Amino acid sequence: MSSETKQILTTDGIPLEVSLKKAEKKNKIKAFLLVAPLLLFLFITYVFPIGEMFTRSVDDKMITNMLPKTFKAMENWDGKELPSEEVFAGFYYDFKVLVENQTQGKLGQRLNKEKNGFNSITKKLMRQIKRNKIDESQSIKEQIMKVHKRWGTVEYWQAIKRTAPPYTMAKYLKGMDMYFAADGSIAQVDEDRRIHRILWLRTLEIALFVTIFCFLMGYPIAHLLATLPMKYSNLLMICVLLPFWTSLLVRTASWMILLQQQGLVNDFFVMIGLVADNNRPEMMYNKVGTYVAMTQILLPFMVLPLYSVMKTISPSLMRAGKSLGGTPFIAFWKVYFPLTIPGIGAGCLLVFILAIGYYITPALVGGASGTLISNQIAYHMKSTLDWSFASAMGLMLLSGVLVIYWIYNKLVGVDNIKLG
Amino acid sequence: MALPSYTETRYRIWHYFYIAICTFVFFFLIAPLFVIFPLSFNAEEFLVFSEGMKKLDPDAFSFRWYHEMVYGTKNPWGLAAKNSFIIAIFATIGSIILGTLAALGLSSRHMPYKGLIMAVLISPMIVPLIISGVAIFFFMAKVGLAATHTGIILAHIILGTPFVVITVTATLSGFDHSVTRAASSLGSNPVNTFMKITLPLILPGVISGGLFAFVTSFDEVVVVLFLAGLENTTIPVQMWTGLREQLSPTILAVATCLIVLSTLILVSAELLRRRSERLRGINR
Repeated sequence: MSSETKQILTTDGIPLEVSLKKAEKKNKIKAFLLVAPLLLFLFITYVFPIGEMFTRSVDDKMITNMLPKTFKAMENWDGKELPSEEVFAGFYYDFKVLVENQTQGKLGQRLNKEKNGFNSITKKLMRQIKRNKIDESQSIKEQIMKVHKRWGTVEYWQAIKRTAPPYTMAKYLKGMDMYFAADGSIAQVDEDRRIHRILWLRTLEIALFVTIFCFLMGYPIAHLLATLPMKYSNLLMICVLLPFWTSLLVRTASWMILLQQQGLVNDFFVMIGLVADNNRPEMMYNKVGTYVAMTQILLPFMVLPLYSVMKTISPSLMRAGKSLGGTPFIAFWKVYFPLTIPGIGAGCLLVFILAIGYYITPALVGGASGTLISNQIAYHMKSTLDWSFASAMGLMLLSGVLVIYWIYNKLVGVDNIKLG
Repeated sequence: MALPSYTETRYRIWHYFYIAICTFVFFFLIAPLFVIFPLSFNAEEFLVFSEGMKKLDPDAFSFRWYHEMVYGTKNPWGLAAKNSFIIAIFATIGSIILGTLAALGLSSRHMPYKGLIMAVLISPMIVPLIISGVAIFFFMAKVGLAATHTGIILAHIILGTPFVVITVTATLSGFDHSVTRAASSLGSNPVNTFMKITLPLILPGVISGGLFAFVTSFDEVVVVLFLAGLENTTIPVQMWTGLREQLSPTILAVATCLIVLSTLILVSAELLRRRSERLRGINR
């Protein structure tokens, strides 16, 4: 009689359990190795660069590196009264190095952003240094204060001290129309200069309405496509898929032609007597153009997920609802509609995600009142070259998108995205 | 969709209303594409239908802008088309290789952290292009690949792989793994099994993913605008510049060519999808 259970061994004499685990591990590694090239590629060229956008957006090392002696000396300064001789001397020697390298201009510009008036007084100080007017054996504090009376005001030294930390959230605040006030607290920009908040709200508004329009237009045709016999629905499906495969710029161009003042849509309005010929409404370069063009462009992304869900709903369910006494409307509302909710969720989230980051179409047909946050990011990347601000705005937008993406992933699952 | 004879009047009205809405939406979807066709044959320089065109006067139509597109002096379309095709072809090849490998790994039931990895691999499709553009531009500038074909191709591989991953994973979801085991048990090595058994079966998915990647690259403008120098201009970039600056009917000639191209791609993608469903035994 054997009380102990015998271990099952493979032919090699290794316990089966161990052998299975080994095989399992080998399979895991094998599967992972297949994914690894793409994952590695994406991490190097994509994920890390997005992370780098973050360091760029909070980076404020320029002044920290320009004024090392000043900030060292400022460590012992309480920040309330005018700093000591030591701080002035530190600043003077730092500034002298900058003048020698001819980079003092950058310092002036950066400090000017912190407090107006720095540009002119740094220029004055530079001229004095170039002419060797400052005697290093005398009190440097007295001499700098003589260059311009602002050098003797404590507010300006407080402004310099504020730039000491190598990281700043200032760009993020700017993206929300806020800034660090002189005492370090967070303040709002004047009411008439809050451009970014308007843009954020407009982006949300346009994305939301485009999603609603797409839903209202996409639901009936998805339903038609799912209920028609195959030979008709295949033909109509082309009407959805052809725009889907056509170049975005081609579709935007055709809307530019249709919506212009002498365009066909206006011609039609004049023809049916809706508007007077000499009073054709402006339908492009404003929100209307953005709404119309974006709705048409994003509509296939709503129809395809709705269609794939509706396709699985058996028509006998509606018949059962009706035979049990429901009117067609009630049968639809109580039976059919709830079954399509997964498709609605998938379509709406996808359209919203795509709409919120739209760039090309708003830039071409949106004019000044129809542009979105993406256009502002591009503007700062290309025109003002304020890359750190562009990065900050980009990451604010990205965080919003990632939240929706996360919800999408929870509800729908990324592997269920339908393409055609 | 004939209505039964006993339908009440209000449902009859509702039904016609529904058909009217659907007709309008289909018209809204497809009509804009057909405006481009006639206007690209405009004999005049404006982007509106001339009086002659409305009367179907043959003199109002011409091939002038197609001629301009091909033979025009200092015209950028030749270089742009060449660049677009080179970039799109290499980007497609890259996307197919990386994407198919990844999809094979992801479809294995042994794959750890499947959901998380899938979410990362799909992200370039979800993240707004402007953000991808900024990030990729920073990277390419750092490694010295800005304003090179290589840089743009790599960028388009990033944007194209999610499509390949999605389509190939979908194809593999109906894949019968016993055929590969059968091949192995008959003494085939893994590479041979892949080439002779797996690949032919998933080929429709691979090609349709490749078509998506091709179209994505061929149509992509945001990232190229950040990366491209004068030498790397592509068709979408030229269209973008044209639409912003001088609106010339040449753009419409190009657009017409692009619509023809997309129709061809659509037809092949549809045929492939049906073939794939037949191969996987999904009958609808």
